[in-house]
Amino acid sequence: MKGSNEDSAQSVNGSSIKITDVTQDGDTLTFAITSQKSSSSAGVCVFRTYEDFEWLQQGLFSQEDVPGLQGVIFPPLPSKPLPSTSLSQAKALKQLGFLALGDEWMIYCKALELYLQQVAAHTTLSKSKALYSFLNSSESPGKQCGKKGILNRLSQAMEEMRKEGHKDVDEFFQSERDSSTNLSALFKLSTEKFLDVVLNKQRLALACGHFSTSLHLCVNQDNPTAVAFSKICLKLSDIIEAVKINYEKVSDNDISTLGLGLDLESRYQEAKREMLFRRTCKLVELETANRNSERAKPNKKAIMEGVQKATQKEFDIISSVAKQEIEHYHRDRVSLLRDFLICWCEKQLSTARESSALLSQHLDACKKFAV
Amino acid sequence: MSLGSVRNPPPFLDSEDQEPEYDTGDLDSDDGEEIFTGTSNKPFVSTPPETDPSSDIFSEEGSYTVQKHTAPKTNGVQSDEELDLFAEATVELTLTAPNSRGRKEIIGPTEPLSTTVNTHGKLHVANTSNKPSEEVEEEESGDTFELNIAVTNPEKMGDGMNAYMTYKVSTQTTLPAFRSKTFSVRRRFSDFLGLYEKLSVKYNLMGCIIPPPPQKSVVGMTKVKVGKEDPSSAEFVEKRRAALERYLQRVVSHPALLQDSDVQEFLEREELPRAVNTQALSGSGFLKMINKASDAVNKMTIKMNESDNWFESKLQEVENEEQLLRRLHASVDSLVNHRKELCSNTAMFAKSVAMLGSSEENSALSRALSQLAEVEDKLEQLHQEQAFSDFFTLTELLADYLRLLGAVRGCFEQRMKAWQRWQEAQSTLQKKREAEAKLLWSNKPDKLQQAKEDITEWEAKVGQCERDFERISSTLRKEVHRFEKEKCRDFKHHIVKYLESLLRSQHRLVKCWEAFLPEAKAIV
Repeated sequence: MKGSNEDSAQSVNGSSIKITDVTQDGDTLTFAITSQKSSSSAGVCVFRTYEDFEWLQQGLFSQEDVPGLQGVIFPPLPSKPLPSTSLSQAKALKQLGFLALGDEWMIYCKALELYLQQVAAHTTLSKSKALYSFLNSSESPGKQCGKKGILNRLSQAMEEMRKEGHKDVDEFFQSERDSSTNLSALFKLSTEKFLDVVLNKQRLALACGHFSTSLHLCVNQDNPTAVAFSKICLKLSDIIEAVKINYEKVSDNDISTLGLGLDLESRYQEAKREMLFRRTCKLVELETANRNSERAKPNKKAIMEGVQKATQKEFDIISSVAKQEIEHYHRDRVSLLRDFLICWCEKQLSTARESSALLSQHLDACKKFAV
Repeated sequence: MSLGSVRNPPPFLDSEDQEPEYDTGDLDSDDGEEIFTGTSNKPFVSTPPETDPSSDIFSEEGSYTVQKHTAPKTNGVQSDEELDLFAEATVELTLTAPNSRGRKEIIGPTEPLSTTVNTHGKLHVANTSNKPSEEVEEEESGDTFELNIAVTNPEKMGDGMNAYMTYKVSTQTTLPAFRSKTFSVRRRFSDFLGLYEKLSVKYNLMGCIIPPPPQKSVVGMTKVKVGKEDPSSAEFVEKRRAALERYLQRVVSHPALLQDSDVQEFLEREELPRAVNTQALSGSGFLKMINKASDAVNKMTIKMNESDNWFESKLQEVENEEQLLRRLHASVDSLVNHRKELCSNTAMFAKSVAMLGSSEENSALSRALSQLAEVEDKLEQLHQEQAFSDFFTLTELLADYLRLLGAVRGCFEQRMKAWQRWQEAQSTLQKKREAEAKLLWSNKPDKLQQAKEDITEWEAKVGQCERDFERISSTLRKEVHRFEKEKCRDFKHHIVKYLESLLRSQHRLVKCWEAFLPEAKAIV
């Protein structure tokens, strides 16, 4: 989440983080990441693999000196990329959705880039040593064993799904949880449907290609009429080819703007839900501590009260961090979606205009055709 | 082979706001002009080839020139306003007004084109008269008359399994052979098949290429009979209506057929006797007939001694083209299916975005999402229309030509049969002569007389067969030329139509995006 970047020698300029290149070696993808510190214009370039990104995410989860860390909405890391062979294309689509599409992992890189930028823009997370290491260390940090921190607790918590429905003490949070559940499902659905539409357009482009090729085979030079007919077929072939290219452009536009945007929004919604769940778990823990403290026998009472006070303190900090996070989240997601929607609309508009002009030319040429 | 298959189902392309209902009720205006989409019958052009060398006599250049003058800058395609498809029709109709291209409306005698023509008030067709066979060029001569046909208003009569659809066949013409200038009758599908039966009986032996009728479909008709009010039965009816119209337009664009009394009766007479035995003549029955004929010919033990290579190579060409068209047809079919899929996927996406819009708390974002849902709805409609355009302009065109090529092949086979009959007559004559020779030796005078009579009879038959064969050959040659030219024109015409519909789609798409952009920018 964007917050104010503190001017320290260590802090990185979030918007300068770019993934400039990606190379594939067998099953592994290596990303070239450049960044600049906010205090200088000198750039740094490092090479990272997906494991490094996972290491970073774990590092962020397990920072121990940050109060209320559980209340932070962590920028979502995209799923592991599956370098696609023809067999795993369907799998890749299922796992990555829009991020699996596009040429040469460009969309996936963009998503990773956005992830890093969001981490660097977050008030708390940007200060993490893991981030610094990730961006600057010449050695790949992912080979080290990560600390297990919150990650473990997160997966533990996931098993206790019944806590999901636990009633909240705070109206603000209860309504946030409800709307989150609802919106998250809707965004997921919309993303899936949009993916269907885009894949359909790609199939349509392919069908146009076949048609265009078949038309190209209609060449017969035997007599003047046959020549004229061949010319007509070739003309139609050109037109269908233009239609095909248009559909390809349209679906590319879809993928790189709205598709990416919807995917990001879906994953961010999930991250928010996870945070709220963590807080709910803490709430359950607090209520348990309260009960224990009430029922404790006199010899244990002091200990129980100590636990209760500590848990209460943790819960309060988490709640206050969470509140802030949620406010930032609401503001930022709207502006993010806005940018993506505008970009999508502008690209589609320009593609539609281009296509109009081209078809118009074809129409002129066709009409002049002497038969 | 008509030029004027301009008939896109009007409701889809007419205006953006109309639901894609198959409501051809709009067409039932009695201003005759609106219905007729420019099938002005161009064969009756009197331009002699010599004086108008730059364009062939069926040139459409005239029509397109005029169209350009009337069109706004958007290339003849009015994208957002109600596209009056019939504007083109009215334009084309008025082409028969004197124009510099040499098409004139002539009441008097035409310029002499060929020596045997007497034109006043009558149409002559080069095919049926005994013309020297070296004249292969088109020599339609005659007056410039017009005949426009439209098939509209499908109506269901009766109910249950005895139900049937009738269609209004409207004719607008300046031909004196008809009693009035504008008239219409109601016909049912079996009437069309009956017409085909009559025509093929008459003209099959002459080498004329008779346009085949649309196919019978048990499944389609059953749905309609049963009364299912769903889009697929409406689609079926519309498909059939369009096919019937194209069929009639092709029939009347053939100069010989237009003159035929059966055709004229079909167009004019109030009540037609019910056609029977039409099962054999449509759909799979028709194809079976063609295939049986070609099988029989292939099994012919006597290989045809082709004096003229033209026929052999042309038949090969026809067969190649059939294969090609089949491939193209399959391609376009798959294109249409993908578009239909895109339609439904877009609709589902639109729904999901609408739900998002209503659940979203941020009001500007919510509004933008609702707008997005509407944009996607419009896109769905565009896709739908484009699918229909693909279908009616391209798929049906290709399907029609596949059937027409089948008819062409049928004609070639008729010619081979005629040749066979001639050969058989010759061999019978030979036998009779041998019999006579034997009788001469055995000296039986009474039988000799009979033998001589036989010989005379068979000599006449041989002569007749030979003449038939020559005639069918020359007619077929001319017919093939005419067919090829028509095909060229037809395809070009349809491609222009298709391109225009693509362009219209794109324009509307641009408008959609232009409308959405400010909504997106308004999100705070």
